[in-house]
Amino acid sequence: MAENVVVGDDAVDLSRRKFLTTATVATGAVGAVFAAVPFIASWSPSERAKALGAPAELDVSKIEPGQMAIMTWRRQPIYVVRRTPEMVEHLKGHDELLKDKDSESSDQPPYAKNLFRARLPDVLVLIGTCTHLGCLPKQRFEPATPDMGAYWPGGFFCPCHGSRFDLAGRVFNGSPASVNLRVPPYEYPSPLKLVVGVDETQKGAA
Amino acid sequence: MAAVHRPQGSSTPERKGFLGWLNKRLPVDEFIRSQLTGYYAPKNFNIWYFFGSLALVVLVLQLVTGIFLTMFYKPGEATSFDSVEFIMREVNFGWLIRYLHSTGASAFFIVVYLHMFRAFLYGSYRAPRELLWILGMLVYLALMAEAFMGYVLPWGNMSFWGAQVIVNLFSTIPAIGPPLVEWIRGDYGIADATLNRFFSLHVVAVPLALLLLVMLHLVALRQTGSNNPDGIEIKKNITPDGFPLDGIPFHPYYTVKDVVGVGVFFVLFTIVVFFVPTFGGLFLEGPNFEPANPMSTPEHIAPVWYFTPYYAILRAVPDQRMGALLMGLAVFVFFLMPWLDRSPVKSIRYKPFISKLALAIFAVSFVSLGYLGLQPAEGSYVMLARIFTVLYFAFFVLMPIYSRMGQPKPVPERVTYHAH
Repeated sequence: MAENVVVGDDAVDLSRRKFLTTATVATGAVGAVFAAVPFIASWSPSERAKALGAPAELDVSKIEPGQMAIMTWRRQPIYVVRRTPEMVEHLKGHDELLKDKDSESSDQPPYAKNLFRARLPDVLVLIGTCTHLGCLPKQRFEPATPDMGAYWPGGFFCPCHGSRFDLAGRVFNGSPASVNLRVPPYEYPSPLKLVVGVDETQKGAA
Repeated sequence: MAAVHRPQGSSTPERKGFLGWLNKRLPVDEFIRSQLTGYYAPKNFNIWYFFGSLALVVLVLQLVTGIFLTMFYKPGEATSFDSVEFIMREVNFGWLIRYLHSTGASAFFIVVYLHMFRAFLYGSYRAPRELLWILGMLVYLALMAEAFMGYVLPWGNMSFWGAQVIVNLFSTIPAIGPPLVEWIRGDYGIADATLNRFFSLHVVAVPLALLLLVMLHLVALRQTGSNNPDGIEIKKNITPDGFPLDGIPFHPYYTVKDVVGVGVFFVLFTIVVFFVPTFGGLFLEGPNFEPANPMSTPEHIAPVWYFTPYYAILRAVPDQRMGALLMGLAVFVFFLMPWLDRSPVKSIRYKPFISKLALAIFAVSFVSLGYLGLQPAEGSYVMLARIFTVLYFAFFVLMPIYSRMGQPKPVPERVTYHAH
C-alpha cells in the first residue's frame, strides 16, 4: 500500500490549479456554444413556413400580350409579363446603359441566362422585389415617357430608391441596385401552364 | 485629485430606530450620499444639461406606457393591426397611452440628439470620459433597435415596408447576407415569425439591455464626474476639506433644476400628444394607418424622422453595398470621437474659429440629411444628399487635422459662473 501524501495548505500547486481552471472554463465555453444552437436554430424558417413555400401555378395564356400578372410564391410577388414582339425588340439597343447586360453577376437559373432572361422570349418571369432593398418596382412599360426620359425602352421603376430595370429585369446604370431582378426557378409542365418554384434541376426546392 | 470626495460633514450620523435597522441591512443612506447629496457636479451647468435627466424621464415614460400597451396589444399578422385600432378606439384612454408611447419615441430621440450635441459642444466625450461616451453610444444603438422594432409592431403598411428595407440591408453583407436575412425573418418574406420575434425583442430583450447600459452610463458618470460648459475639471480645484470649489451637491441643487426642466418638457410634450400626435406625418406616418400589404409598396418609403439622416446617406450612394456600408459607418464613426478630436481645449467656448465652423457645418449637414431623407430620391435631392454626405464624413475624417489648427483662447482656471 502506497502511503498517502499529505500536501500542506501552504504548498499549493499553482500551475496545476491554472491548468484545471483553464480546462474548466474551456469546457464550459464549448458547452455554452452547444447550448446556444437550439436557440439560434429556432429563428430559421419553421416547418410550416417551409410547407407554405410550395410551388405556385399560373395559366399564362390568360394574360393579354403587353400585360402583367402578379402571383405569389414564398410571400414574394412574382411578376409574369406577356411581352409583345415590340417589347422583345426593345431589349436590344441599350446595352451600354446597363450594369450587367449579360446577367453575369445576377441571380437566375441557367435557362434564364440569355437576352430574354426567360425560357420563352415572350413570357418574362421575375421575382418582383427590387434587388436593392426589396421594394416592389412599378411597371413603366410605355417607352420614352416624359417622366422616365427619351431613352426609356420600357421596364420597371422602383419608387423607393429610384432603381430602373428594363423589360428583362436588367438594371440601368445610376440605379442604387447593383444586380438585375432575380428570376425564380420555374417550368412549363404543359404549354403556357407556369409553375414557379420547381424546375428540372431542383424539384420543389428554392 | 481624489477619486471619490468625502467632504467633511456630509457623512451621515448613525441612525436610530427603523432607519438604523434598515441601514445596517441595506446601504440606503450610503447610496443617497454617494449618488446624490455627496456627488458634486459643476455649478456652471446651462440649459444643455437638462437633456440627460429628461432622457431618463422619457425612458421611464416609455417603460410604463409600454407595459400598459402590452396588456392590450396582440402580436401576429392577423391581430396586430386590429389590436392597435382596438387600443385607439375601445380601450379606455387607450388612445392616450398609445400616443404617449408613440410621441415618447420621438421625444426620446429629440432629447438624446440634444444630449449628444451637448457633448459635441463642450468636448464631453474626451479623456477621461471616453468610456462614458462609448456607453452612451451603445445606449443610442439600443435605442435605434428598440425604435425600429417598435415601429414594425402596429403592422401598418409602413411597418411592413420599413422592416423589409431595413432587414434587407443585411443582405448586402458578402457571402452570409441572404441566409442571414432569411434567419432574421424566419420566413421567405417579412412575416408572422418576424413580427413575433420583434415583439419579444422590443418588449423584453432590448429594454433589459437599455436599462443595463443606462445604469453603466450613470456609474461611469459618477466615476469621472460631469464635464461642464468650460470643459475644465472641477476636481483640480479642491478645498482643504475636500470639496470641489466649483461643485455643488447634485441633490438638492440639480434635482431641483431638473424638475423645472421636466415641467417645461411635459408642457411641450403633452401639447404634441393632445393636439398633433402624428406631427404632420413625422411621428406617425400616413401609410401606417393602412394594414400591411406585401403586394403594395407605399408610393414613397421614408423612415421616421430620427433615422432619416442615415437613410439619406444610404440613398445618396449609387452602389448598394457601399450605401449600406456608409450608413453603418455614419453611426459607428461617433464611437471614434474621443480619439479624433486633438484640440488642446475641450469646450467650443475656447476652440478657434475653424473648429466652430466645422461643428456648424456638421450640424447643418445632419439636419439637412434628415430633411433630404424624407424627400423622394430624385433629381437635385440626391445631389444635395451627396454633398451633405461628404460634409458629414469630412467633419470626422478631417477632425485630427483641423482640431489642431488655429490658436485656442486661454482656458480659465475656474469655471465661468455668475451668481443670479
